[in-house]
Amino acid sequence: MASIEMKNIVKKYGDGFPAVNDVSLDIADGEFMILVGPSGCGKSTLLRMIVGLEDITNGDMVIGGTRVNEKAPRDRNLSMVFQNYALYPHMTVFENIAFPLRLSKTPDDEVRRRVTEAADVLELREHLERKPANLSGGQRQRVAMGRAIVRQAEAFLFDEPLSNLDAKLRGQMRTEISRLQRRLGITTVYVTHDQTEAMTLGDRVCVLRKGVIQQVASPRELYEQPVNLFVAGFIGSPPMNFLPATLEGDALSTPFGSIRLDEARAAKVRGRDLLLVGIRPEYFEDASLVDEAKRHVGSTFRARVDVTEWLGDSQYAYIPYEAPEAIREKLRELSRELDSEELRTQAVVSIDSTSRIREGQEAEIWLDARKIHVFDPQTGENLTRDADAGAELTRLATQDREAAQEAARGATAVGAA
Amino acid sequence: MSTRSKVWWWIGGVLIVIYCLFPIAWIVSLSLKAPADVSNSSFLPTSATWSNYEEIFTGTASDLFLPALRNSFGICLIATFISCLLSMFAAYAIARLDFPGKRLILSTALAVAIFPVISIVTPLFNVWRQIGLYDTWLGLIIPYLSLTLPISIWTMSAFFREIPWEMEQAAQVDGATTWQAFRKVIVPLAAPGVFTTAIIAFFIAWNDFAYGISLTSTDASRPVPAALGLFSGASQFEDPTTVIAAAAVIVTIPVVVLVLLFQRRIVAGLTNGAVKG
Repeated sequence: MASIEMKNIVKKYGDGFPAVNDVSLDIADGEFMILVGPSGCGKSTLLRMIVGLEDITNGDMVIGGTRVNEKAPRDRNLSMVFQNYALYPHMTVFENIAFPLRLSKTPDDEVRRRVTEAADVLELREHLERKPANLSGGQRQRVAMGRAIVRQAEAFLFDEPLSNLDAKLRGQMRTEISRLQRRLGITTVYVTHDQTEAMTLGDRVCVLRKGVIQQVASPRELYEQPVNLFVAGFIGSPPMNFLPATLEGDALSTPFGSIRLDEARAAKVRGRDLLLVGIRPEYFEDASLVDEAKRHVGSTFRARVDVTEWLGDSQYAYIPYEAPEAIREKLRELSRELDSEELRTQAVVSIDSTSRIREGQEAEIWLDARKIHVFDPQTGENLTRDADAGAELTRLATQDREAAQEAARGATAVGAA
Repeated sequence: MSTRSKVWWWIGGVLIVIYCLFPIAWIVSLSLKAPADVSNSSFLPTSATWSNYEEIFTGTASDLFLPALRNSFGICLIATFISCLLSMFAAYAIARLDFPGKRLILSTALAVAIFPVISIVTPLFNVWRQIGLYDTWLGLIIPYLSLTLPISIWTMSAFFREIPWEMEQAAQVDGATTWQAFRKVIVPLAAPGVFTTAIIAFFIAWNDFAYGISLTSTDASRPVPAALGLFSGASQFEDPTTVIAAAAVIVTIPVVVLVLLFQRRIVAGLTNGAVKG
């Protein structure tokens, strides 16, 4: 087990394009770090530089206190699960898992013991003599994980390991990976473009955009205190709504009426003529269903609902709004970067599933003004970010992780005794 | 498929099989005829006889045939082995590495394959006599390599390209050196390709006549195709047609056996299950 430190890592390809640009990231021993971002953001390249499959153009990669830039993959003692699993089709499941041990010339009975152990953890016992071709997708995935956990590696690296599974299996494997990591307490770096995986698995999440780190924080901090428009738009599903606004006194004037800001936040925002307000879908509610006690912290407005989607446990309403051309251009650019295609400016609003708001009707909607963020449309910077509150969230997450690891260690100790 | 179209498929298939196998059947029938029976104006021998086979294995022709058979086997197997080994490394490099002159190697290999053998034979004959390679095994193995290498490199690099890069990278992360990754992961996966290549290379060497007849003069290295050309009849008025036919049948057997042995292995699809799917 070891920590991984990256200092000013740069990766330039032959054409001089920096796929990863000046990335510095410290991953603590035993931490679960997620690298996330839209396709082409350099997350996989970064992972492959950690493991040694990709040369590092500039900067230092330090694993467990030693600089490993010039070390071959086999000398770094890391294990990796590939996106397409990369199982050896000519070997049985047993030999696949045993492969790293065979290479290190481990004695036969030791190999047998450790492979069976790993197979028990992953419930592969009855498949050990089969060939990968005869296994289902989920089983293959588990074999790939077995090959990773069978030796005492310094860290686990995952390159989008669940992207080839169907949705249901993905959910199961996700919890399985999380449980495994907690139990083994091994430093883990996990690359994904799926934000559910990012939010649920990671102790901390590193959001990358065009090879540059945007924000490294706990999932909660990313969600509640995003550093800029990109992170705010990337984290959360359905995504955060961005409305054009101008400041008039202490209130923001938006297409959805006027939103009152508290004094501190208004001061941070003052002095700019055009602003973007970021409101998460769940900050909205059907006004008729809001508690009287809560009503005063937000504002209500009337709007025509274009489409509603009822999902049983929740309900979404889509409300189109007008925006100036400059803002529309900015939002289009953002959605392109986030791999989505936003065709019209509309807000996604989460309302209670019992709400009687229907398509094509005018409805009264309430919005909670306490947690909204205000962004500078030019730079994308979050003007109302509360850095201290964010840091506190990440500190709590770190505490949780340490407690969970302690508990897991205690459990294994009891199991062993 | 309706019964009607099934019937037509069967008829078509049978016609093609007859068309392909007719020459072989003819040679087998010829090999069973007595020398005087060749012009009996019928496909089948008047009375089948094993005398031709006796002739090549124990009779006068055996002095010519048996050493030639030994030479052919030895030379072709060695040439095939070397060719497979060399082309495996060459193809791996071509499929995996990026180096200047990669295209040049491939196109040169193709050019060599296209070059007519007959135009090289005469100069080669002179060179071989000068440096003492004339009428030796090595003297045939070298030109056979030039025949088999181009096609081997081409087929093998096609097979290597099919093997996902991740296999090797996974092996390296698991702690393998480049050589171990090649030997333990890539070579077993490329086995069907290696067998296919080996069979093709063996055929090419086995069937060669031009080099065999020109670069040899004695039992020391004369291969079977050349030896067949030197068979003579019992008297100068008698054609050795039937004896040649018998020898031809014998030399076809190893080729057929080879294909039957390896056709299972040749069937691709060994990489199934390596990656998603």
